[in-house]
Amino acid sequence: MKQALMIISILALVVLLVAPTAVFLQKMELSTCKHWMFAATVIWFVTAPFWMKRKAQ
Amino acid sequence: MAEDAETVQNEPAGGEFEREPVPENQTKGWRSFIGMYAGEHAAGTEFMIGPLFVAHGVSAFDVLVGLLVGNLLAVLSWTFLCAPIAVKKRLTLYFQLEKICGVRLVELYNLANGVLFCFLAGAMIAVSATAVGIPFNMPMPGLNDMYPNSVGWILAVFAVGAVISIVAAYGYDTVAHIANIAAPWMVLVFLACGVAALPELGIHSLGDFYAIAQEKVWTGVPVEGQSQFTFLHVMFFAWFCNLAMHIGMSDLSIFRFAKKARMGLASAAGMYLGHYMAWIAAGLLYAIQLNADPTDTAVAPGPMAWKIAGATGIICVIIAGWTTANPTIYRAGLAFQGIRPKWSRFKVTMAAGLVATLGACFPALVMKLLDFVALYGLILMPMGAIIFMDHYFSAKFGLQEYYAEKSRIVFNWAAGLTWFVTLALCVALNKIANIEIFFLALPGWFIAAFLYIALSKVYQKSITVQGAVS
Repeated sequence: MKQALMIISILALVVLLVAPTAVFLQKMELSTCKHWMFAATVIWFVTAPFWMKRKAQ
Repeated sequence: MAEDAETVQNEPAGGEFEREPVPENQTKGWRSFIGMYAGEHAAGTEFMIGPLFVAHGVSAFDVLVGLLVGNLLAVLSWTFLCAPIAVKKRLTLYFQLEKICGVRLVELYNLANGVLFCFLAGAMIAVSATAVGIPFNMPMPGLNDMYPNSVGWILAVFAVGAVISIVAAYGYDTVAHIANIAAPWMVLVFLACGVAALPELGIHSLGDFYAIAQEKVWTGVPVEGQSQFTFLHVMFFAWFCNLAMHIGMSDLSIFRFAKKARMGLASAAGMYLGHYMAWIAAGLLYAIQLNADPTDTAVAPGPMAWKIAGATGIICVIIAGWTTANPTIYRAGLAFQGIRPKWSRFKVTMAAGLVATLGACFPALVMKLLDFVALYGLILMPMGAIIFMDHYFSAKFGLQEYYAEKSRIVFNWAAGLTWFVTLALCVALNKIANIEIFFLALPGWFIAAFLYIALSKVYQKSITVQGAVS
């Protein structure tokens, strides 16, 4: 389960980079890119806490 | 820029190894340091620094090459000045200072550090406030504003400041955890903003980048009311913006956990992600705003990030400001509590948060962030020179290392005078010789190094003679 969540998190980060690159290459509108980035952000913050270790402070 | 983190230390606050060397079996490898530096140096203030370079009229060459060289010098400072002493002694900065300077002088250092932390946190609160104000159409402070420009600004700052202070006083662990989770995402949002900004400036291929960057981003012409920055300004700023941490030796507390001194090179992750890529990306966002309306010179990270990244941009600005202001206020509280251990941690942290919030109300703090960051490093730098000279040159000059500890004094006047006189001479260099604040730390370090040895020669001799007489 943790591994699956980790893969989803990493995919979210990939989307975060691919969407603006598509804008740069003129394959995507900036407004669409913003939606993708927001979706990636939500997915990252929902999934990452389950597998990222809590470090002692 | 950012403050040093305790994450890599992996010890409870006020916990182990504060007054003893870190044992070999507790040392950490490259991954810990790379992760920590990459995360810590992509902070809310990066959203301000990149645009302020644009406002100060740097050229594309100044930024691209100046940052490359300046960040390299910073990495080398961590690697060859700070990390070797940290690995050799494996003590915190404070304990090492106590041994050299005495407990009373360390209290003074704590006070200076705490106050500076408060204002640094204030700048971060102001960054977050620019994002909080967007849904309310709040007028953003201007580049040359000194005082609050609206009631809305004060309310936004107090809302952010109150949340950050309360969380710092109550739940530091949770925010630290959120900061860890946000770090990789935040670095990529900076990069994403930079990439998505390129077509808005008319850059459609990497080949276009330099020519358009010169024409539309780093034009070499400052915004009205701003001084002209050159290659040297950029290089020295990049080198010295974390002066307190490397040459000032604050990160002794971090690298005492390093297996080898060469792990100082891990700081490159923070420098080239946070202080190169993020500053450039933030500069591009500001250039879009200026190209759309040359009269709109306000450096407001919230609206800039919103324009390119939408809601993600706003979240990034808020989290970047919040997650870095939070530990900064917490550390300010710790620094003040170090002076009076009986004070309640909660009350001291809340007081530090209030000072930070009051500071954030004044846009001058964040609009003059470059000057403040340079001042912050300069004030703490002489203590780094003292530690360096004490470690490497005490024996060579016939001096006693860790003099305060050995002679049981609480205030080493040689160290104290070195600190005060160095700062006084730096002020004189600034006022009389017109040397800008960004360049003062270099001569200042040599002044401090010389003064410490010269004053110690006199002071240690006089104490020894007095001791013999009594």
